[in-house]
Amino acid sequence: MNTVVITIISLSVIGGLSGFILFLIAQKFKVFEDPRIDDVEAVLPGANCGGCGYPGCRGFAENCVKAESLDTLFCPVGGNDGMVKVAEALGKVAATKDPTVAVIRCSGSPDHRTRTTRYDSAATCEIASGLFSGDTACSYGCLGLGDCVVVCTFDAIHMNPVTLLPEVIDEKCTSCGACVKACPKTIIELRKKSKKDRKIFVSCVNQDKGAVAKKACSVACIGCKACVKECQFDAITIANFLAYIDPVKCTLCRKCMAVCPTDSILEINFPPRKVTEVESVVSEIQAN
Amino acid sequence: MKTFPRGGVHPPENKKASGFSIEVLPLPKSVCIHLSQHLGAPAEPLVAKGDTVKAGQLIAKSTGFVSANIHSPVSGTVQKIEPAPDSSGYKRPAIFIEVQGDEWLETIDRSPNLIKSPDLTSEEIIARVGQMGIVGLGGATFPSHVKITVPKGKKAEILIINGVECEPYLTSDHRLMLEKGEEILVGTQLLMKALRVNQAVIGIERNKPDAISHLTRLCARYPGIRVEALKVKYPQGGEKQLIKAITGREVPSGRLPIDVGAVVYNVGTAFAVYEAITKNKPLFERIVTVTGKSMERTANYLVRIGTPVTELIEATGGMPEDTGKVINGGPMMGKALPLLDVPVTKGTSGIVLMPVAESNRRTTMNCIRCSRCNSVCAMGLEPYFLMSLGEAKRWDDMEQERVMDCMECGSCSYTCPSGRPLLDYIRLGKNSVNRIIRSRSK
Repeated sequence: MNTVVITIISLSVIGGLSGFILFLIAQKFKVFEDPRIDDVEAVLPGANCGGCGYPGCRGFAENCVKAESLDTLFCPVGGNDGMVKVAEALGKVAATKDPTVAVIRCSGSPDHRTRTTRYDSAATCEIASGLFSGDTACSYGCLGLGDCVVVCTFDAIHMNPVTLLPEVIDEKCTSCGACVKACPKTIIELRKKSKKDRKIFVSCVNQDKGAVAKKACSVACIGCKACVKECQFDAITIANFLAYIDPVKCTLCRKCMAVCPTDSILEINFPPRKVTEVESVVSEIQAN
Repeated sequence: MKTFPRGGVHPPENKKASGFSIEVLPLPKSVCIHLSQHLGAPAEPLVAKGDTVKAGQLIAKSTGFVSANIHSPVSGTVQKIEPAPDSSGYKRPAIFIEVQGDEWLETIDRSPNLIKSPDLTSEEIIARVGQMGIVGLGGATFPSHVKITVPKGKKAEILIINGVECEPYLTSDHRLMLEKGEEILVGTQLLMKALRVNQAVIGIERNKPDAISHLTRLCARYPGIRVEALKVKYPQGGEKQLIKAITGREVPSGRLPIDVGAVVYNVGTAFAVYEAITKNKPLFERIVTVTGKSMERTANYLVRIGTPVTELIEATGGMPEDTGKVINGGPMMGKALPLLDVPVTKGTSGIVLMPVAESNRRTTMNCIRCSRCNSVCAMGLEPYFLMSLGEAKRWDDMEQERVMDCMECGSCSYTCPSGRPLLDYIRLGKNSVNRIIRSRSK
């Protein structure tokens, strides 16, 4: 009986003392953390994707609290709505940005780009691009090994088993930019989102001269300037035999797409074109 | 018998071409000369479209200390200067020359007579080596004048001439030692003079007994130079392994051979130094082995830089039907060519045509922790661990694990029973760590 009492008392005393010491230490080494960091973190998406350029959502929240203005800080996943919530939590003004989405600027499926060699080493784009220019004659195009798929935390990119090219699911893409960084060929671009997810862009990054590019891939941009001449809005520029459509100036009129001789300009999510009378007659004659 | 103590493998030698003397390959119709044929900054072109050039004429100037001059390998007209695919398939700036006749600069001595060591000072030799565009011909193409210039506060004690040729299949150095032995020794003497050392050792593996006996006999007339026969083991041709095998000194991690008083040159480089200094001939041709298991004919060619690889294969009787990969260099360290229309560069030591059955990569399976890669690594690294770190992109940890010590000899991938692409991930790590180190120093 006595032993039990002594045990209980001594353990209680030890416990109480230890608790007191721990309390003192905790007071001494207390780190003050701005409670607003927690508030900001609570309204962030919590994806920890790194798209903002900071290590995780907490890192971004800390920087939001520290920064004087939110102009240079932007969470691509939360978008403008998310940033408004952050701004509300901090009593600051949020910067607004046009929503963007990732696009794959290569259409070189096996039908268009013949294989010239065979690659059988480690199946990552990063290693393959370090070893050689690619298993087709185009040294700029997609390697098709899917580094972008692996790196996407939002399950927004998948390889198409037929074209062997990655495809972006617009609804899932948060434009965090992870795939842009992962692609060793810099094929992926973040472009301004338009209504109904409509997109017009040059789906090629080949900077070879026209003849060389065309020989390597039948849907390569050959830098012929037909689209530049057609565009009324000065949205298209050509550098290094490669056309680029400025997403800000582009009005999605689709005229450039019609004149592209190699079909390297893509239009996505548009309704089918109205066929004019003349064109239908022409196609009828051709069919006959 | 001497060798390096740690790691190493012994792949089948397959030195089929060792019995064939060096042949001079007929001149091609046109050549393509890349401006970046050496380690370091690319050279800057000095000619323009339409210019006529003679063989040996300087066509591109070195653009820094670690860079090398490039000389025209043929006489003819400059067709164009534009990017052309190199051995990796990427396009890099190159000079195209259409071949007309075979006219050399008058200053070059084309006679085969042996000229004994001329009376030149150390500085004169170093300057001449730099002018003549000589780079390490063992494969790494490091500009030779950089290595020959001993930094202040350091002293070279021994010159090592690398005649190991531990890569399977390749025989270009072997043939050179047999046919140009005397010239190599004069070149060695010149290098000794430039480095101010009084002893030189030529390291040769035991699988080349004819070269060992031939050079040993010749060495009697050249004081200070001796031949060391070495046990056959890959990668003995690695600079650090060869120094360890011959002198017993170990180059510490992250340091250079000069830190232990050694300087290593390939036999091909010693021959190029001989030609540059006694015959005034810049480096514009080299010996290339063309070989393969199912090839009927194999050969060692004296080839002008810029000759297309296809011409070499054509001259050797065309590509066998079962060819799976064409490898630029030896099968261990060489890389498969993604396209054949690429030129021979200063670093091309061989073209190996591998049959399909042997060229395929094995299926990658899980690591079984057998530790074979650890035991064969000549640098004492842990390849399996480095690969895991590489897969996880943990570059800082890779740097801690001394990934930069790896010389990419490929022994780990060769020996792995699970067919894992160890070297590919290590190389990826090296590139990334290198980028980090460079950004740090900025």
